[in-house]
This record gives sequence, C-alpha cells and structure tokens, in this order.
Amino acid sequence: MQRYSLLPLLHRALRGNQGWRPVWREPKPKAGYDVIVIGGGGHGLATAYYLAKKYGVKNIAVLERGWIGGGNSGRNTQVVRSNYFHSASSSFYDHSLQLYERLGAELNFNIMLSQRGLVQLAHSEHELEITRRWCNAIRMNGVDSEMLTSAQIKRLAAPIDLNGHFPIIGGFLQRRAGISRHDAVVWGYARAASALSVHIVQNCEVTGFDITGDRVRGVQTSQGPIGADKVVMSVAGYASHLAKFAGLRLPITTMALQAMVTEPIKPVLDVVVISAAVHAYVSQSDRGEIVIGAGADAYNSYAQRGGLPQQRAAIGAVLELFPSFSRLKLMRQWAGRVDITPDTSPLMGLTSIEGLFINCGWGTGGYKAIPAGGDTMAHTIVTGKPHPLISAFALERFKTGALVDEGAAAGVAH
Amino acid sequence: MFRIPCPYCGLRDEPEFIFGGPSHVTRPAPDVDDAAWTEYLFARDNPVGVHYERWLHSFGCGRWFNAARDTLTHEILGVYAMGDSKPAVGSP
Repeated sequence: MQRYSLLPLLHRALRGNQGWRPVWREPKPKAGYDVIVIGGGGHGLATAYYLAKKYGVKNIAVLERGWIGGGNSGRNTQVVRSNYFHSASSSFYDHSLQLYERLGAELNFNIMLSQRGLVQLAHSEHELEITRRWCNAIRMNGVDSEMLTSAQIKRLAAPIDLNGHFPIIGGFLQRRAGISRHDAVVWGYARAASALSVHIVQNCEVTGFDITGDRVRGVQTSQGPIGADKVVMSVAGYASHLAKFAGLRLPITTMALQAMVTEPIKPVLDVVVISAAVHAYVSQSDRGEIVIGAGADAYNSYAQRGGLPQQRAAIGAVLELFPSFSRLKLMRQWAGRVDITPDTSPLMGLTSIEGLFINCGWGTGGYKAIPAGGDTMAHTIVTGKPHPLISAFALERFKTGALVDEGAAAGVAH
Repeated sequence: MFRIPCPYCGLRDEPEFIFGGPSHVTRPAPDVDDAAWTEYLFARDNPVGVHYERWLHSFGCGRWFNAARDTLTHEILGVYAMGDSKPAVGSP
C-alpha cells in the first residue's frame, strides 16, 4: 500500500500528479475462501479489514452486487454520534465513535471527521422533561451529554429561529458527535483491506447458499459458486431477500429513507441539529451544502426513491427552524432502502445455520456503527461466539422479548 | 407520490391514506410455542415485488381495504375488501 503523507503528495504534485495507482485490486473470485462477506458497504469492508488486521485471517472475499459504497454507505447524512438511551446501544455506539476518532490515522486515509457537536431540540415542557431523562441516561452510560438552554442553542446555531411555530425551549448536546465523509470511510477500509490481501469482488451478486445439513458451505453467485465455511450477510436493503435463500425469515420491513442537499453556501451552521418533534435533521457539509434528512416513507419499498409527502414534511420542518434557508435551491435528492426492525436495533451475530452470520437490520442508523460493526463481527466470526458488545442485538431477542427499543427511546419516527 | 384507487371513493392522492402493514397475517392459536408466536409477532415476508397490504382511507371515507402493490415500482395491482382472500395478480 502506498502510504499517504505530505512528502509523496508534494512529489507527485510537482510531477503533474502522474503515477497515482488504484488503491484496491479487482481480482477474479477464487473457488473458495475462509470467510465470505456478502455486501461491500462500510460494514462488510470493515468486517473484512478487522478479520485480516486483528485476527490474521488470510483468505477473505467481500462480494458486492454493485459497486462498493453504492448502497446506504453512500446515501446517509454522514452523522456519527453515540447518544443512545439504552446502555446496550450507547456502549456499542460509543465504541464505534471511539474507533472513528482514531480511524483516519489507523487507515492512513482522511475520513474528514468533524466532531462539531449534535444538538437535539425540545419544543415543549414535556419534551424538555423527557430530553433531560434521555440526557441523564446517556451520562449514566458514560457518554458525554449536556443540557442546553435556548440561549445556548442560539449561540451554537446562529441562524435558528427560537420562536417559530414550535418554539425551542431547550435541548441537549453531544460534543463528540459530528459528521465524517462517508465515501472516505468506505474507500479507506477498502484500501486497507485490499492491502491485507482481502479480495474485493464487485458486480458479484449472491443468488443462493450452499447448505449441507445445518452448515453453510458456500454461496452461489452471478460469477459462479464460491466455497466458504464462514459466511456473513452484511447487506442493507436486500437483507430479507438474501436471508430467504438460506430459509430464514427476518423481522425486517424495508422502506425508503430520503435525504437532500441544497446548493452550497458559505459556512452558517457548524453543529448538527435534530428535532424529533417536527422531524428535522440538518447539518452543513464541508462543501457548504445544507444536508437535510427526512423521515422514512411509511410503506414497504425497494424503489430507492423517496416520496414527495416526506420530502415536503422535511423541508417544511427545516424552514420552520431556519427561515433564512428558504432562499436556497435544492440541488440533489435521493433515497436508500432501509431495513427497519421492530425495535429499530440491528440484527447481529449468529443464525440458526452454523457458519452463517448476520449483520443486518441497521435501518436508518448504520453509518455511525460501521467501525464497531466490523470490529465486533470479526470477533464473532473468529470465535464463533457473539462479541459482548453485540449480544443484546442477537436474533433471539424477538423470542425472549428482550428488545432494545431505541425507536421508542429516541422518539423519532424512523 | 402515488395515487391509490380506494374501492369506495375512487382514485385519490397518497397523503389521504395511512399504511396499515401487511395483510393476511393470521393470529395463531393461544397454545402455540414461542417460535410460532415470535414468527407471528415479528417475522415478515417483506417481498421484492407483490406485497399484500392494508390501507386506511383516513382523509376520505375512513374505511380499511387491502391492496396488492409492487414494492419495486409502487404500482397498485389491485384493491380488495378486508376479509377477502388474496387476488391473483401477476408480477408486471
């Protein structure tokens, strides 16, 4: 792997930027691997990277139906945070945030992590009470979180209107939360994994599993059969579809979640602002675009496009909070397929088929979990036992009733 | 945005309706084991293609009905009354 640093950068700049090489190889798949990762998104690539880096697994393939990072890893709003209510979630997501804090140095790839802080708004006395409970629960979980008055919010987010249709009376802040560049996370993991001999195979769709008895032996793909005794499903959008090939029915409903950006403007907003009550989700990217996240369309959809009603609702909510943004033009709008589970927590760990692992059901919040998802799944695949940080997210929780109901805790519609 | 042909009111815009999840999910007998109960409560077909689902015409006649809709194209392939069995619709 060519290491990136100032000297080679200057060297190449002076020679007309010749000599840059592709940073991951595109090999033909072999007949068999030790581990096959299905899905070349952030989670799949991170799993392959940690398998090779931390556990020395030599023979790994990542199979991607389209191109790496072309699914939800490239369609999210780039927010990283760990302000979760339940301790199982906050310890997992904070592990992820801690890995993100070191990730640029570890991968030798600038992921442009900007821990600018995330403000969660409260619009009524009742919401403020529940926000205080939420904020305190996060602190009890050992994660940074602090209450804000409306005056403090105004100082953090200057263009905000405190006295709109739903007045802002307070909120809370996680200072370590922020945004990072999602493509860089995907490319950084791909580059580092490829350097550790991981095979990244694009345009390779999995069309079935080879299962003997209760044991997985490999997969069928659009590029022929590939053998492996350990296979992990690390997909978003098509998780139910893929699991059906193995005879599994998942507790997942797939919906469209959309986001949009305005034309770029000069820096006006250097925190992420979220309001659960009006469902606004807004930040400004490093390029200057105002990034707006909408709610999920309410019905099953694999269409990968968002509906107009949710788009209108999101824009209406953001303009209530930031009236000055009404002059901006929308530049792009897109949607991803999100796999929503009944408690909006992921499905991670073992399945009823030996050697077949699952890392799916991330719904609307998988991006922030990429490093920890990869790290804990690598441990799970190597040891055959769920990593302690993900044991609460096992499929069995729907049988035992031990749900991790973050959907209810966050009070967010998606 | 799509439009939904309410069997009682005719073709109306999507925001008039509330989605009610999958149809034909049958409640099992009270003495079934945990696995069957889990299946009933949480497991979903979630198909790519034809989905049989319930809709409420909330800002219209206020009545529930079933629809067969393609989850890839959002095309409504047919509507039918609550309690009716699944109509035969082909994938377009």
